[in-house]
Amino acid sequence: MAYLELKNVSKTYHQGKDNTEVLSNINLKIEEGEFVAIVGFTGSGKTTLVNLINGLIKPTSGEVLFKGEPVVGTSHERGVIFQNYSLLPWLTVFQNIAMAVKEAFPKENKAQIKNRVESYVEMVGLTHAIYKRPKELSGGMRQRVAVARALAMKPEMIIMDEPLGALDALTRGNLQDEILNIWNQDKRTALLITNDVDEGIYMADRIIPLKPGPKATLGPEFKINIARPRDKTALNDNADFKKTRNEIITYLMAIGDDRKSVSAQQYSLPDLTPKSFVSQF
Amino acid sequence: MEQEIILKKENQGFAIIKPLTNFFKVKFEKDNVLKFLKKTGITLISILLFLAFWHFGSKALYNKEATYKIEKALAEQGQAAAEAEKACIASRDSSCQPNTLPSPSQVWASFQSLIADHYLIKNKKQAFADKLATTNEKLVAQGKEAIVYTGRASFVDTVLTSIKTVFAGFLLAMIIAVPLGIFIGLSPSLRSAFNWFIQIFKPVSPVVWYLLVFMIVKTIYIGASSDNAFVISFISVGLCAMWATLVNTAMGVSSVDKDYINVAKVLKLGTFQKVFKVILPSSLPLIFTGLRITLSVAWMVLIAIELLAQSPGLGLFVWEEFQNGANDSNSKIIVAMFVIGIIGFLLDRLMLTVQQMVSFNKNEGI
Ligand SMILES: Nc1ncnc2c1ncn2[C@@H]1O[C@H](COP(=O)(O)OP(=O)(O)OP(=O)(O)O)[C@@H](O)[C@H]1O
Ligand SMILES: [Mg+2]
Repeated sequence: MAYLELKNVSKTYHQGKDNTEVLSNINLKIEEGEFVAIVGFTGSGKTTLVNLINGLIKPTSGEVLFKGEPVVGTSHERGVIFQNYSLLPWLTVFQNIAMAVKEAFPKENKAQIKNRVESYVEMVGLTHAIYKRPKELSGGMRQRVAVARALAMKPEMIIMDEPLGALDALTRGNLQDEILNIWNQDKRTALLITNDVDEGIYMADRIIPLKPGPKATLGPEFKINIARPRDKTALNDNADFKKTRNEIITYLMAIGDDRKSVSAQQYSLPDLTPKSFVSQF
Repeated sequence: MEQEIILKKENQGFAIIKPLTNFFKVKFEKDNVLKFLKKTGITLISILLFLAFWHFGSKALYNKEATYKIEKALAEQGQAAAEAEKACIASRDSSCQPNTLPSPSQVWASFQSLIADHYLIKNKKQAFADKLATTNEKLVAQGKEAIVYTGRASFVDTVLTSIKTVFAGFLLAMIIAVPLGIFIGLSPSLRSAFNWFIQIFKPVSPVVWYLLVFMIVKTIYIGASSDNAFVISFISVGLCAMWATLVNTAMGVSSVDKDYINVAKVLKLGTFQKVFKVILPSSLPLIFTGLRITLSVAWMVLIAIELLAQSPGLGLFVWEEFQNGANDSNSKIIVAMFVIGIIGFLLDRLMLTVQQMVSFNKNEGI
């Protein structure tokens, strides 16, 4: 039995008379302790997929099973890092994280909770800003608070929706390592949504592309067989890395081109997504 | 941990004072001085223009009425009477002055005399209290009520009564409308249950609210000797003004950003936590917008309600001066008008400052 399993999951959004089937026939199995990355184009339904797994929305058809049980609502076992950070603007960094910690560890006393919060704030390098409110933080700092909030709850499974998008390369690298550390320490399960193939290869055991929507489905998976711990600087010279990366990017460009030729008559899409992959060569 | 409210570093509530404070804080740079002079200069000029317009306007009205009076005397009683009338008007004798829009200087004089009158009454009160101190002590010792001063209220007293009434009404509105608004906002079925109620009662005029409250309070207080004018007026003010807060609170609570609700769901906050840590803080800005409207409506309807309730506030003051028709009544009414306007303005600034303290930008956490 897989740890997390999606069986023929479809999701249709109803808006007035409009029905858009965003996700169609998604099948996905994640084993316990695995680190899976999903790469996809913008608007293809990645956030929708994340919300189906964390229990914020229900599938229109099909099943989402977590440890063999259908997912009903949210759970502390599945922690989420939201794409838009979703910090509460009237709370400080400390309060935002403490709120989550208190819920996850209801038996702990004030001092224990404080300790926990402070250690995670330190981990994301925001100790100097711990009593600031979100509006006083930069986008990247907010993102780090969101990461700390999710990790501080010590969820069994971490679901990350483009968690590092707004960060500079250096901070991004540090946080990637922190996330990997935490995942590795207690052998947790992780699902990472990303638009950065390099990030996916560096962090994940498998990369699965999500095809462009509507009716997005998952593409063929790419296994990353690079031994852990992976060394970022050495990665560029690693033959496996280069090969996998080429395969994935070729695949993504192909489906990106398909999408363009299909939709060119209807409306012009910004063609920045395929190009951004190319530019990384 | 305390649920703190965002304090904006910069308050724009008292924007008018800001150029002043800036002026003294910042080094005397030429630019700043010029900017300051320009800003205050424009304000001063507009005030002077307003006063001039008022002055000449009232003069024209005065002349019109004076001419009419003289002509009337001429037509009805002949040349001698007209001359007498003319002399009387010119002598500023109070018995024959035209009773029209007073000039700025008359209003200023009335203002000063009202203040002087206040000190006079205050002294009288003090003297009264001193004289009766021992008697009252005995009365209280015997378990009887002390004798209190029941003379005429001074203008300052009426202002204080009005402020007291408006705050009591505002508090009542807040105590009723905020919790009710929260419940209505949280539950869609309550919302439909209350919708007709709000739609029907929101547009009811202050006069009708007064009559309604009067009917009820009069019966409740039946037989009691104490004066219920204050109670009636503050309840009417509260009921009349609470609707903006009720509607805004309900709207704020029912339209909390979906992202915040998602956070509450993912953290699995209990109902209490969800309401007090997520829903309420996120609706605070709208609640305070409602409270600000409530306070300004309360101040506006207060004058009419005091008049009806015979509560010794500004409303009654204005009405009595109008009925009185004494020589300086009109200028006293204008004094009251300015006082009402200025207090209303200050109350609004106060609420604006509070409102800005609790407000946050929806995108700040996103
Ligand atoms: N609540 C909703 N109601 C209706 N349509 C929705 C809703 N949420 C998402 N959609 C639509 O579903 C599609 C996929 O949205 P989703 O947010 O899942 O994309 P995404 O892959 O996460 O995009 P991005 O990379 O920009 O984050 C979009 O076309 C969007 O307009
Ligand atoms: Mg998304």
